[in-house]
Amino acid sequence: MSITVYVPCDSSALSLGAEKTAAAIAAEAARRGADIKLVRNGSRGLFWLEPMVEVETPAGRVAYGPVQPKDVPSLFEAGFLAGGKHALSLGITEDIAYLKKQERLTAARIGLGDPLCLDTYAAHGGWQGLKNAVAMSRADVVKEVTESGLRGRGGAAFPTGIKWNTVLNTPGAQKYVVCNADEGDSGTFSDRMLMEGDPYTLVEGMTIAGVAVGATQGYIYLRSEYPHAFKTLKEAIRRAREAGWLGTNVAGSGKTFELEVRLGAGAYICGEETSLLESLEGKRGIVRFKPPLPAIEGLFGKPTVINNVISLCSVPVILAKGGKHYQDFGMGRSRGTLPFQLTGNIKHGGLVEKAFGLTLNQLLYDYGGGSATGRPIRAVQVGGPLGAYVPESQFDIPLDYEAYSKVNAMIGHGGMVVFDDTVDMAEQARYAMEFCAIESCGKCTPCRIGSTRGTEVMDKIIQGIDVEANIALMRSLCDTMLNGSLCALGGMAPYPVLSALNHFPEDFAAKREAAAA
Amino acid sequence: MKPDTAAETQAIKALIEPLQSTPGATLPMLHAIQDSLGYVPDAAVPLIAETLNLSRAEVHGVVTFYHHYRRHAPGKHVVQICRAEACQSMGARQLEAHAKQTLGCDYHETTADGAITLEAVYCLGNCACAPAIRVDDEIVGRVDASRFDEVIAELRQEERA
Repeated sequence: MSITVYVPCDSSALSLGAEKTAAAIAAEAARRGADIKLVRNGSRGLFWLEPMVEVETPAGRVAYGPVQPKDVPSLFEAGFLAGGKHALSLGITEDIAYLKKQERLTAARIGLGDPLCLDTYAAHGGWQGLKNAVAMSRADVVKEVTESGLRGRGGAAFPTGIKWNTVLNTPGAQKYVVCNADEGDSGTFSDRMLMEGDPYTLVEGMTIAGVAVGATQGYIYLRSEYPHAFKTLKEAIRRAREAGWLGTNVAGSGKTFELEVRLGAGAYICGEETSLLESLEGKRGIVRFKPPLPAIEGLFGKPTVINNVISLCSVPVILAKGGKHYQDFGMGRSRGTLPFQLTGNIKHGGLVEKAFGLTLNQLLYDYGGGSATGRPIRAVQVGGPLGAYVPESQFDIPLDYEAYSKVNAMIGHGGMVVFDDTVDMAEQARYAMEFCAIESCGKCTPCRIGSTRGTEVMDKIIQGIDVEANIALMRSLCDTMLNGSLCALGGMAPYPVLSALNHFPEDFAAKREAAAA
Repeated sequence: MKPDTAAETQAIKALIEPLQSTPGATLPMLHAIQDSLGYVPDAAVPLIAETLNLSRAEVHGVVTFYHHYRRHAPGKHVVQICRAEACQSMGARQLEAHAKQTLGCDYHETTADGAITLEAVYCLGNCACAPAIRVDDEIVGRVDASRFDEVIAELRQEERA
């Protein structure tokens, strides 16, 4: 009987050479006449171990990593096909502490098998949520999502159930479900991992949303920076449709739901929901005024559910196991789990799905193992380019939406970008403004012009020109942007700047003036 | 009139006509054109406008809004360097400087031999394996200066082969 060997096809694993590793394993097996079945799975999200190879043994799946082509002959010598010991041995995959300590609800299936295999998906509980949903009334499906306490995982944390309920109760001959897969925040990749590693979960989540609110057409708006996810999603939609999970008779219910994936074109602003809708309609991604809410007048003016990938991918487990089960995780008003992403200057970067309430200290040291460079961690930017730089004194604040907003920070999409003590926070503040200038849609003046002026003011501060006066000017500009912008880009770009100024003043004043003197 | 203009028009029409009834077709049309021709020629603007009953200004506005669309032919390969924070934390600023220096061109420019067009990108979703670059449709992780030189040398070797 052939032995199953897994080598991930996730973008990050591929970026570290997984394709060559897989080819080397296939070639070496052929040379030795070993009967193997090579499966390309999603990534478990332990990126410092990628390419991580797993072998199916009677004792369970055994992992090795990071495996480069040069390691392959010695792995065969060591009998890795029977789980043999090798310098790269990691033991039973499920027992690796990084994975074992997690609470994977949304990302539970990533890495278990071929992402496009329908049998694998069904064998691990796939479609159960949808089967339950089609047997329930629409209002009951929405109620289940509301009871789960799920809040928008894109960053805004708006209760998903309330959004769905608005669409359900808004009359309309045509309604839409739109998935925001424009994961533009630096330090985030959980959407990508899910779409590449477990795409049917997104198909199922969107179909449940369609069934719940009475929408018959769904669109996934995917960023063009994710070419692998694009291919995987297109194929997943094709196969799901062929198997009757999409189309005119969803799961035998007689209900219709069609799904299509559309590519963005490299505009960060299109992660903002109204700008995304404009883009889907074929226009410039200019932010819309709200109201009307997209739930009432969304895509092509029709009632539209628009949710982030992780929000939609959390729906199947909620419908499969009940809102109560999901609600039991978390703290305060932050219910359930979030797939946190440990990135940047971190030794053990990867995906850590945990219930809300753990701290950065736990993530950085218990999971992350400290910085990659071995130097002290000085700052962590949480929640993407619009998120605050969190100093060490705040590393013990629980990761909870409300606790973070109390200190003018945000959890956002759960991305953590780690910086060691060589970081220059004035440069980071400058970059926040520069990025906002590059990506502003141009609709509101504080964002369009303020970000360019902000970059110029930061340049003066960095050059040591009139530092005190320019810092005061910078703060005033931030205040204007915070209060005078329509959407989160202009309205939140000041957060990284202000947090850098407030928590790391030594990088702005004294050092600069000394440099200028 | 340049001799290839008629052929270009035909090629663009063949790409956009099947998408005519797609809702919100502008971006899908522009993608189809760029995927096939490598960029969006100016001639595409009036053709899309006519097909979708839009003004040229509207289509021009869309082409120029999005960073992804290119209005001139790129080099044989497109190399994007991630400039975002996670990559910065692992030395992307130094990598950018190295790339511009060794390639002898800035962002949105092509090397003198026409082999490589250099572009900036803001996150490739490979933030735990920073710094990251994209070479055509492949992502490469943990790219320092020497890894970058290797990748570029491989691309140039491919061209010569």
